[in-house]
Amino acid sequence: MKVPLTWLREFVDVDLPPEELAHRLTMSGTEVGSIDVIGGTWDNVFVAQVDSIDPHPNADRLKLATVTLHGEQVTVVCGAPNIAAGQLVAFARVGACLVDPRTGDIETLRAATIRGVESAGMVCSERELALGDDHAGILVLPEDAPIGATLSEYLGDVVFDLEVTPNRPDCMSILGIAREVAALTGATLREPDLSYAEEGEPVEGAVSVEIVDASLCPRYTASVIRGVQVGPSPRWMQDRLLRAGQRPINNVVDVTNYVMLEMGQPLHAFDFDTVAESRIVVRPAGEQEPFVTLDEAQHVLRPPMLVIADGARSVALAGVMGGLNTEMTDATTSVLLESANFNPVNTRRTSQALRLRSESSSRFEKGLQPELAEAALRRATRLILEVAGGTGCQGIADAYPQPAPRPTLRFTLARVRKVLGVDIDAPHVYGILTSLGFGVTVGSDGAMHVEVPYWRSDIAQEDDLVEEVARITGYDELPTTMISTPVPHRSPQPEREARERVRDLMVECGMQETISYSLTSAASLETSKPADAPSPLRVANPMSSELEYLRTTLRSGVLSTLAANRQQARDGVRLFEMGRVYLPREADLPLERETLVGVLAGPRSPESWQSVNERMDFFDAKGVVEMLMSRLRLPCAFQPAEDALFMPGRCSAVLTGDAVVGVIGEVHPRTLEQFDAADEAVALFELDVDAITSAVSTEPVRYRPIARYPGALRDLAVVLDAGVPAAQVQAIIERETLVSHATLFDVYEGAGVATGKRSLAYRVLFQAADRTLVGDEVSRAMEGIVAALEREVGASLRG
Amino acid sequence: MTSNPTPTDLEELQASALRELEQAASSEAIEQWRVAYLGRRGRLTQVLRGLSSLAPDERRTAGAAANRVKAVLEERLAGAEENVRLGRLQAIAEEGRIDVTLPGRHVPVGRLHPTTQMVREICDAFASMGFQVVEGPEVEWDYYNFEMLNIPKDHPARDMWDTLWIDHVDAQGERPMLLRTHTSPMQVRTMQNAEPPVRVVVPGKCYRYEATDATHEWHFYQVEGLAVDEGITFADMKGTLYEFARLIFGSERKVRFRVDFFPFVEPGAEMAIDCFVCKGGGCNVCKGTGWIEILGAGMVNPTVLEGVGYDSSRYTGFAFGMGVERIAMLKYGIDDIRLFYGNDLRFLQQF
Ligand SMILES: [Zn+2]
Repeated sequence: MKVPLTWLREFVDVDLPPEELAHRLTMSGTEVGSIDVIGGTWDNVFVAQVDSIDPHPNADRLKLATVTLHGEQVTVVCGAPNIAAGQLVAFARVGACLVDPRTGDIETLRAATIRGVESAGMVCSERELALGDDHAGILVLPEDAPIGATLSEYLGDVVFDLEVTPNRPDCMSILGIAREVAALTGATLREPDLSYAEEGEPVEGAVSVEIVDASLCPRYTASVIRGVQVGPSPRWMQDRLLRAGQRPINNVVDVTNYVMLEMGQPLHAFDFDTVAESRIVVRPAGEQEPFVTLDEAQHVLRPPMLVIADGARSVALAGVMGGLNTEMTDATTSVLLESANFNPVNTRRTSQALRLRSESSSRFEKGLQPELAEAALRRATRLILEVAGGTGCQGIADAYPQPAPRPTLRFTLARVRKVLGVDIDAPHVYGILTSLGFGVTVGSDGAMHVEVPYWRSDIAQEDDLVEEVARITGYDELPTTMISTPVPHRSPQPEREARERVRDLMVECGMQETISYSLTSAASLETSKPADAPSPLRVANPMSSELEYLRTTLRSGVLSTLAANRQQARDGVRLFEMGRVYLPREADLPLERETLVGVLAGPRSPESWQSVNERMDFFDAKGVVEMLMSRLRLPCAFQPAEDALFMPGRCSAVLTGDAVVGVIGEVHPRTLEQFDAADEAVALFELDVDAITSAVSTEPVRYRPIARYPGALRDLAVVLDAGVPAAQVQAIIERETLVSHATLFDVYEGAGVATGKRSLAYRVLFQAADRTLVGDEVSRAMEGIVAALEREVGASLRG
Repeated sequence: MTSNPTPTDLEELQASALRELEQAASSEAIEQWRVAYLGRRGRLTQVLRGLSSLAPDERRTAGAAANRVKAVLEERLAGAEENVRLGRLQAIAEEGRIDVTLPGRHVPVGRLHPTTQMVREICDAFASMGFQVVEGPEVEWDYYNFEMLNIPKDHPARDMWDTLWIDHVDAQGERPMLLRTHTSPMQVRTMQNAEPPVRVVVPGKCYRYEATDATHEWHFYQVEGLAVDEGITFADMKGTLYEFARLIFGSERKVRFRVDFFPFVEPGAEMAIDCFVCKGGGCNVCKGTGWIEILGAGMVNPTVLEGVGYDSSRYTGFAFGMGVERIAMLKYGIDDIRLFYGNDLRFLQQF
């Protein structure tokens, strides 16, 4: 919303500098985005009269203009074809800053000699003054321009660009801002003049107005003006419209826009001679009703979209846009002026359904009040008569089936204190409310009864009035305290805490956290998802096909991140992401499951002077998972698994207890190629964090005594089928009660071991809590282990 | 040996022994020396053996002198052996000289995402003021995201939140499911599940249908806050948020509250901090105003309180919400929000 200061001053005196006014508006809720000063550079430019024009002695196309300024006559050379004696013009003296019409740069005017005649000044064009594009001739000022005044006093302006919040449609108008300024500065508001000479025939005989459904159109007012002369608006109106961002069209249409900007009420002017039967019917559109709007767009309407119809057809889409069939033209002589109130929801739905938003519809959908319609109609009728001539009919047509009661709210100082935390005295509160146009009376119970003015559609409850008091007082004037009520009881959240620990443990493992988008493409989900993943939820209005589906796995995100960081991958990359996957449920919100994914690729350590140049693989990923589970004090086990993302035989399920909580593997080269991720091994794990955190014990650790008796170490090397999992061998060894722990220190296949077999070598620690073991005991236990290994997995001692 | 050792003989023996020991630099030379003087055939041993042929008186005198010499030699021997041992260790140490300026051995370094760090810092600041951290769903019902927050269907205020809708149509033909546009639905969920007093902060991902540029991202994090009890005021809101700003941006920060509009609060506010870049002089961070907007806030609208069954004549409260990335951008001087989820390691590894 653009507000020229000169227009604002029509309704309220403003003594503050523009920056201070902008600050006060901003602080009280109407944010000033920018301040544009028009004529800020017009030093040494004055309103002056051209006394005489003489031919230039040495040039046919040039003239000599003699101008009187402050009692002094100055003659300057001028080339403009439209200059004439008697005109009032913008005269620049030497030293003025003007726009160079060729370059657009600002230049300081110097005295010059042109074709032998000295010229100490200039008669300016619009372009030279940065007022417009016109440079065909000089700017001719109206006859009432004040001779001798500076041009900036006369034509200068300051335009505020305001951001109005959607609850304040009243502030989408010059008058509304003037009311704010009056309340903020203590100045008095001057209401706009609504009166006009009603010299024509009675309006009742000229037009009839009927509303079919008052819930869609609470009020419809109209006036009729005959004998108008359509043409350009006067300069002052065009200037104001342009500064407010509205392009002038013709005087009648300009008035409707002018009053919309001034008072906030959209209006529409029909060429009355095209309105069939001089009849207006406000009714829902028919099913599949075709309609062509002013912008020549074809629409198909349906109820309850609202139309304005005449005796024969629809002539406007109510509150959104007029129809092409009744458009004003230069030949129009009779005007039917509409100022109505339309249902905000229906207007919004209509403009959204037709994808047709107009300034009118965006105003109606915020909720305007029926009272405004009549005031704006009278103001616009007055202005049309002023700028386009003609005769106004007596009275106005006014269909207003159920006049809205003006709401009254009960309001107490106790509530102000309760909400704001400070006592504000009654005169101050009274002063604020009345300055904003509220009617305030004090009831027998001491409470205020506050009548809400019609333009404040946002005020519906007592706390809305509290805000008015707070915002006009100024939030910074209110006290600042700390909460004095007791801290509420906190319920423990072990799972949330465990989740954050998982993040920290990943970092401890040297993993870099990443966060990727929750939406992804069908293709990347398809490439990376586990076989049992449900089909993902789709966004109905995706921004692109890359951001269409809610992820059901984090795999694609982390692989994309890996691909995007190929350069860094040369030094080794360890990444993790912890976030949600979204698993659809029938007729319910999806299950949002917290998931952890990690990826490791490249050399274990970057190239260096002591480089060992080993590449990370499955076991690096597994080490991270083992570390995580160990730190969370959860048992974990691994079982060979199948998953299309991974290379066959390089994939393991992760279990805690009996539950599968994740998967580890080396990513299949086919997948890597699809993600363009890397040409080397990429180890990846994905864990169900919710399953893990819910298994974490909240009990404190129970200390176990450290073994007091020395243990005995024995080495055990066995040869067995290569397909027997080492974990199974380990489990058999550790099943022996005297075994405290077995460490696998060598895995060997090759010479000396039969094909298809391998050798596993363990260092086994035998230990008892209550005694030092003797050699015999250890030997017997070893024999038992060897026998069990032979029996259960066909192992034999390596000779 | 035919003659008795005289005291002069013993002195000479001691002097020559010590002289020789002085020259013995290796453990082998020391051993040779030990054999030569203290060994079974060593010179001093022979002197001591020769004593047996003396008369008892002489024997006593000469024996005492010889034993004194023996004690001196043995002590010096021990000292010499210790010196050689220390010398050998020193030599080992000397050989181990390295270039200490060579780079250290690689230990992988992990870091939390800057958003995670910022979320934690913000939540910790409020936790210190008695707020508990809770989380809610990212896929939400229209009911919680809008309706219960005083943003009815077909209300123009909905334009403040461009929404990504889930492709799911209910029996009424409506699309009731969406990606939450703010963390505010957790205000409603929290109050529906608990009686006052309530004091929570809610971090989490939010989504908007929005084109991305240096300051806009369709996928972002917010931290929401809510405090409701009997006796909580606008002044308390100002105090709490002021304290937050000081905890995050430094104790010398000043704050400014201006009027703003959010349908679920009344009165509504926006808080700005004084620009710590230009100290109020005006720069491009604060767009020349000297103030940087950091969050929206306000007193919980009575309509919202009544909607969850709270008695709005008894209970009051405040709510606030802020964009985590914006706070991080200000704090760390980041000029493009797209860096956060672009996952360029050269960015992430700076935090
Ligand atoms: Zn600044």
